[in-house]
Amino acid sequence: MDIGLPHYLAVGAALFTIGVLGLFVNRKNVIILLMSIELVLLAVNINLVAFSAFLHDVAGQVFAMFVLTVAAAEAAVGLAILVTYFRNRGDIAVQDLNLMKG
Amino acid sequence: MTLAGVAFYLLSAVAVLSALMVVSLRNPVHSVLFLILTFFSAAGLFVLLGAEFLAMLIVVVYVGAVAVLFLFVVMMLDVDFVELKQGFTRYLPLGLVVAVALLAQLVVVGGAWIERAGPDRAPLASVPGLTNTETLGRVLYTDYVLLFQLAGMVLLIAMIGAVVLTLRHRPGVRRQDVAVQVGRSRAKAVKLHDIRPGQGLG
Amino acid sequence: MIELAILFAPAFAAAVAGLFQKPLGDRLCMALTTGLVLLAAGLSLYVFADLTWGGGQDRVIAIAPFVDVAGFTSNWSIRIDTLSAVMLVVVTSVSALVHVYSIGYMAQDPHRARFFSFLSLFTFAMLALVTANDFLQMFFGWEGVGLASYLLIGFWYHKPSANDAAIKAFVTNRVGDVGFALGIMACYLAYGTIAFDKLFAAIAANPHAGFHFEFLRAMGIHAALNAPALEVIGVLLFIGAMGKSAQLFLHVWLPDAMEGPTPVSALIHAATMVTAGVFMVCRVSPIYELAPFAAGMITITGAATALFAATVGLAQNDIKRVVAYSTCSQLGYMFFAAGVGAYGVAMFHLFTHAFFKALLFLGAGSVIHGLHHEQDMRQMGAVRRAMPLTWAAMLIGTLALIGFGLPGTSIGFAGFFSKDAAIEAAYAAGASGRFGGQFAFWASIAAAFLTSFYSWRLLFMTFEGKFRGAAHGNGHGHEQVHGHNDHAAHAEAAHAPALAAGAAPAHESPLVMLLPLGVLAFGATFAGMAFAGLFVGAGAPGFWNGALALAHGEAAHGHHEVPVWVVWAPLVVTLVGFVLAFLIYGLRAGVGAWIAKATGPLNAFLVHKWYFDEIYHVVWVNGAKGLGDLLWKGGDKRLIDGLGPHGAVAAMRLGARNLRRAQTGYLYHYSFLMLLAVVAFGAFALWTTGRLGG
Repeated sequence: MDIGLPHYLAVGAALFTIGVLGLFVNRKNVIILLMSIELVLLAVNINLVAFSAFLHDVAGQVFAMFVLTVAAAEAAVGLAILVTYFRNRGDIAVQDLNLMKG
Repeated sequence: MTLAGVAFYLLSAVAVLSALMVVSLRNPVHSVLFLILTFFSAAGLFVLLGAEFLAMLIVVVYVGAVAVLFLFVVMMLDVDFVELKQGFTRYLPLGLVVAVALLAQLVVVGGAWIERAGPDRAPLASVPGLTNTETLGRVLYTDYVLLFQLAGMVLLIAMIGAVVLTLRHRPGVRRQDVAVQVGRSRAKAVKLHDIRPGQGLG
Repeated sequence: MIELAILFAPAFAAAVAGLFQKPLGDRLCMALTTGLVLLAAGLSLYVFADLTWGGGQDRVIAIAPFVDVAGFTSNWSIRIDTLSAVMLVVVTSVSALVHVYSIGYMAQDPHRARFFSFLSLFTFAMLALVTANDFLQMFFGWEGVGLASYLLIGFWYHKPSANDAAIKAFVTNRVGDVGFALGIMACYLAYGTIAFDKLFAAIAANPHAGFHFEFLRAMGIHAALNAPALEVIGVLLFIGAMGKSAQLFLHVWLPDAMEGPTPVSALIHAATMVTAGVFMVCRVSPIYELAPFAAGMITITGAATALFAATVGLAQNDIKRVVAYSTCSQLGYMFFAAGVGAYGVAMFHLFTHAFFKALLFLGAGSVIHGLHHEQDMRQMGAVRRAMPLTWAAMLIGTLALIGFGLPGTSIGFAGFFSKDAAIEAAYAAGASGRFGGQFAFWASIAAAFLTSFYSWRLLFMTFEGKFRGAAHGNGHGHEQVHGHNDHAAHAEAAHAPALAAGAAPAHESPLVMLLPLGVLAFGATFAGMAFAGLFVGAGAPGFWNGALALAHGEAAHGHHEVPVWVVWAPLVVTLVGFVLAFLIYGLRAGVGAWIAKATGPLNAFLVHKWYFDEIYHVVWVNGAKGLGDLLWKGGDKRLIDGLGPHGAVAAMRLGARNLRRAQTGYLYHYSFLMLLAVVAFGAFALWTTGRLGG
């Protein structure tokens, strides 16, 4: 059996689901949260590249590049916020991130 | 089964499993290492598809920069990792339900799309006669040049943001002040004293 | 023109004195109102004389259209016939005398201008009532006098009891007014007009009109489907008259109305306003002539009131309340006279009663004034020596009230002619089998005895014996107003040196108060002799000239047609009453108090006015309160507020409290919700595009 588009999409869906699961099953560590986001973005990238290859359109890869760019930027800023947060609170448990209410 | 098929299954299995490890392991250091593994596997999948440039980009950006940054931060922060990850199972059932629902939706949508698209064509990531990198370059610097520049701006701003966020002034730390150094004159810096023999500095 | 002047002079005076009391000042206001009302009185006398002796014609002077809607018309107009002319004379002359009297009585009051303005306003409203040519204008005057009565009873508004009395009068009158208004509507419903002339013509043409109560048929009640319209109208109108004229069951406001200044009591609650009911019944006498049941109801109610009020008068100690109950009782006489068809007698008694009852009230006011606002007769005594002129006036008033005179001759005080005529009319009606006549006769005989007794009791307790009050006039609580303190102090200073033991520390009233007393005393003495022939005698048909329905009444009160004992009976019981009163109250002090003690429960029954107030309080006041409480607490607060504003607020609060709990501030809660929403929207999109389950 040949490897076709559905196979790649399946891998992307699996990675995406795992990333989402990691996003809210995690209660203790903000770093894992950021990593889950990276997983989700990777799943998106896999989808983009797979479509690009099977549809013979190079634009998908260009967009994957941009996603990569944004992911890198997001990781940098996110980690910077994390550092600042840890400096202020001395902890990075997600459970304590409850300042977002009136 | 072809070699490419074997490679695909191997790489995708490693990617999925290591992704699971990323979200389920207790120690963030291990998580980061498994994240790197995931990225490597994804890069392998990209190679299988013929997108070598993006594969290299993933390795360089994610593994070389982002994952290392993660590792650096994890190790820099003085976090008690033992108490982390507790209560993981409490929310697992609910999370699983939502995740499975999401997965089901993705499958349905994807399946429907594929049904409509008809039979697969062979994967082709580059313009025939050109390398993958050349193909991307031709498009990136012509059609997408503005977006490319904007992406650069995004990275710049992210960098500045990260610096601003983490920068702090500590009292008691000596810093070099160039303007003061340059503005020094001889009259301010040097003082001459006539010292009589045997009397010392009064 | 003259008629317009009569009607609008008091209105103009009331408006000017009421609106410009500050710039004009008290004296000018008093002069203006009194002068204009005196003018109206003079013109009224002229109109009456012209109509009676000068050959003047009955007439209706149109003023302006009032209502003209969809076939219903009502005009402002002045109806001049004998009936309204008599009322014009009574109203304006008593009002003018009361105005003059008030100049003295209210001399120390700081709000004299307002008082006089109200008096004139009342006069105007009463004139509008008596000159009405249709029911709507009469209703206007009816309500206008009610308003003026309310304002004047509550004139001393800083006294809670005065306010309560004013409200009581107003509310009780509303009960009657509902009946009156319904009666007017019934007239329109049955005959399509409320103008008197047209109405009476329509009644004469169709006396057996009926109301068909279709709703009764719908309810399955087939009896009483066709009610005679005239009976219904008559009963409803009489309910209005009961309220205004303080007949039994709606009488409770009149004694309390004595909280007002005494001139008000004399004008409104003795001479004029309370007789409006009698006037109205006489005005619509063609209706009652054809409505025997309604007329019988008037007879019974009037006679019962006459007797009831007289019994209560026996035990009252407040001088004004005694006179008030006597008014109530005399109004009963008028009503049963009208009820048995002797409308001329009723009007005659109204006419004479206005004189002697105003005289009694003003005399009582003079005593109260002289005793520094003491109203309790137990605190009086021996006033005769200090106030001989007042005593003489009161004596004349009493003689007129008890109807003293020589039967068989034409000599007697005013009440003698009218009251005895009423009693004889009742006897004649009873003898001819008219419904209620017998009862009215015996009740009126009994009431005459009681009237004599309590009238003499009043005189003896007030003017004879020894002074029983505190020497320094402790009665200031009764009618105290700001200005009276210095007045009393000045009066006591003047009298203190001359006081002998047992003498009253009183002073005779000023001339301005005695003058009206004199005029009224003259009227109380001679009005009967002068006018008996016209009102009830041989000249009556020509005198009334169709203003009253005299079909039955005429034959009933000729002196020669009743047995001799009936003619003499009133005088006999009156004399018995006098002797009894003299024995108990005139001879020795303390006998009356001893009797009151000996007849404990009976005395208490009378002192408490047959417990009407108490029963009404329990039934109506508490009932209304309970109903109001129920509607307020149960209906309004719990049901409407509870489900409405408060319920909405509570629901919002509860929702907000629960919603607030959703806003935890935890990042993962928000992200979870976000994902949940993504899943939900995805499912929705798939559902609508038919990929899921469809």
